[in-house]
Amino acid sequence: MKSRISALLLGTVLAFTAANFAFAQDKTVKVGALSDQSGLYSDLGGPGSTLAAQMAVEDSGLTGKGWKIDVISADHLNKPDVGANIARQWFDVDKVDIIVDVPNSGVALAVSNIVKEKNGIFIDSGAGTSDLTNAQCTPNTIHWTYDTYMLAHGTGSALTKNGGDTWFFLTADYAFGAALERDTTTAVLAAGGKVLGGIKHPLNTSDFSSFLLQAQASKAKVVGLANAGGDTTNAIKQAAEFGLTQGGQKMAALLLFISDVHALGLNTAQGLNFTETFYWDMNDQTRAFSKRFQERMKNHTMPTMVHAGVYSSLLHYFKALEALGGNPHDGAKVVAKMKEMPTDDPLFGKGSIEPNGRKIHPAYLFEVKTPSESKGPWDYYKLLATIPADEAFTPLDKSTCSLLKK
Amino acid sequence: MTVTTDNIIPVAARTVRDEMIAFGIMTVLLLIVPFTGIYPFFVMQALCFALLACAFNLLIGYGGLLSFGHAMFLGTAGYVSGHALKVWGLPPELGIVVGTLAAAGLAVITGLIAIRRQGIYFAMITLALSQLLYFIYLQTPFTHGEDGIQGIPQGYMFGFLNLSNPTVLYYVVLAGFLLGFLLIFRTINSPFGEVLKSIRENEPRAISLGYKTDHYKLLAFILSGTLAGFAGALKVFVAQNASLTDVHWTMSGEIVLMTLVGGLGTIFGPVVGAFVIIAMEQYLAGFGQWVTVIQGVVFVICVLAFRRGIVGEVAHFFRLSL
Repeated sequence: MKSRISALLLGTVLAFTAANFAFAQDKTVKVGALSDQSGLYSDLGGPGSTLAAQMAVEDSGLTGKGWKIDVISADHLNKPDVGANIARQWFDVDKVDIIVDVPNSGVALAVSNIVKEKNGIFIDSGAGTSDLTNAQCTPNTIHWTYDTYMLAHGTGSALTKNGGDTWFFLTADYAFGAALERDTTTAVLAAGGKVLGGIKHPLNTSDFSSFLLQAQASKAKVVGLANAGGDTTNAIKQAAEFGLTQGGQKMAALLLFISDVHALGLNTAQGLNFTETFYWDMNDQTRAFSKRFQERMKNHTMPTMVHAGVYSSLLHYFKALEALGGNPHDGAKVVAKMKEMPTDDPLFGKGSIEPNGRKIHPAYLFEVKTPSESKGPWDYYKLLATIPADEAFTPLDKSTCSLLKK
Repeated sequence: MTVTTDNIIPVAARTVRDEMIAFGIMTVLLLIVPFTGIYPFFVMQALCFALLACAFNLLIGYGGLLSFGHAMFLGTAGYVSGHALKVWGLPPELGIVVGTLAAAGLAVITGLIAIRRQGIYFAMITLALSQLLYFIYLQTPFTHGEDGIQGIPQGYMFGFLNLSNPTVLYYVVLAGFLLGFLLIFRTINSPFGEVLKSIRENEPRAISLGYKTDHYKLLAFILSGTLAGFAGALKVFVAQNASLTDVHWTMSGEIVLMTLVGGLGTIFGPVVGAFVIIAMEQYLAGFGQWVTVIQGVVFVICVLAFRRGIVGEVAHFFRLSL
């Protein structure tokens, strides 16, 4: 019995090898959208990222040219070991070529390690940690949409130059919050601003009243929220009750997505400042994509910058595959090709991928409109400043990525 | 307080025979996994959680102590092992020892505090201590906060077992699991285990018989915590990362869930429960947001329809002791 099974296995293996020799140009691709489908990041990534991946497959036009491209998705539950296990299984069993999205920095770093080990490809859109292109960069990972450095520097320097030259920070008391505050402070000082003070609050705080009163009393022009998720939205809601923005102060959220603004509502979110790399209402192309996206989304939401990043990164990946003439199933080789080719897509415009895996494109400082300024549903942002691509992200000479050292 | 069910209280020779047979079947099934085409990493992950749930079950199922903070042992051992392997460059076997010892030390300290109270207060104290630890790990530099310790090297066990080979790693993890499992098995069927059970059934009576119940409870707590830590140290090699998830209270909840689904107070229940829960996380991942809903439904069905848990019901039906 056993020998029969092994004979069968051997036969299958031989058949596959033969098939591979016969069709040296393999045109099958499997895309895995790994995201938080049920937790706090499911609105900014989640099912929308899977949809964005499918749209990229359709819009690439490769299926018409004889390519066979599948998209599968999974929920990493915001647990690094679950994410790492799914990634490993995708490469070992399901023969996935590329993993996209992956919000949550801890999960993203875990997945990045597995992808390097398996020589796959990882294009991160959902996570913010700039470690992906610094200390923990790999030849198989590209970080597409945004990172914490860009958020902190974008908001910090652009807002200071726009007149918000005195700052007060509300910082979540953990490594991420401290990093955001530190990076933003550097940018504010470099742009000629001053930091009047700051206060740390515990993670997952529900009562911000005393912190907000101190922020109000500081008379700083800008109150920077160096926190994320529920802390940011709680702080914004309570700041609206305390009338911080009506009192002439500006609120700057250092990590916020359009899905959060939508959830908060314009009444609460009005006057908020923050940086993003994509907004649906930028130009005809972004509007066209977003309308199509919205129609196909189950709850009819507009794409976030993370969704846009998944779409545009996959388009670039498919271009690289086409240029290679087939799928070599060799992650590092494809990523090298992707870095070599300049990027150009309808959503982020022209850009490039740096040797450390950082995709660079312009970033935008937005302000949330007041309810009277908004002309319709999802008309949320007005553009305050554009940060050019070469200033938005970590300069290459400051990157600690080991790929850069020769 | 004389509610004793025949499937929980062992009755000498027949019990041990049933359990030995079941143990044999389980061992054989686990030994042949690499030849069946089942994905080994899934089984390894499940084995680590199975050992963890068994350790937890030793405390609740046999000692009657509901610890709601067992994640702290898992996480502490994970962090310490991960740090030892990655930063200090220790070989795997020493990494496991260091991690397990850290969990044991933690169990001594937390045990001394927690066993002074019973029932809900015991659960609350363990929960409070584990939350305390969670926030310490959130802040301490060596854990890298919410990013966790990543890319932990697997290395060579005893200098010649290449742990980056999935099959080798599988058998090492399996050996670790069986070792821990046998230790628990032995403990339960020892005089020490009998005293533990008597404490569970009626503590004042055990005291009146002359047992220093606090000593027994503390020892059981330390043993349970150490084994949970051992599971955490093994898990480091499987997941190659150590993160805050492992010390979060939801992980403690998951351990309770595994034990309940499998069967509280049965030897094999936690193993089955761990496999069921991990399989759901892994194989239902494609269902996206439905995973948590399905888990909830399974839990509700379990609590309503088969209170003894999967193994408990089977054992009850066939009048076996498992």
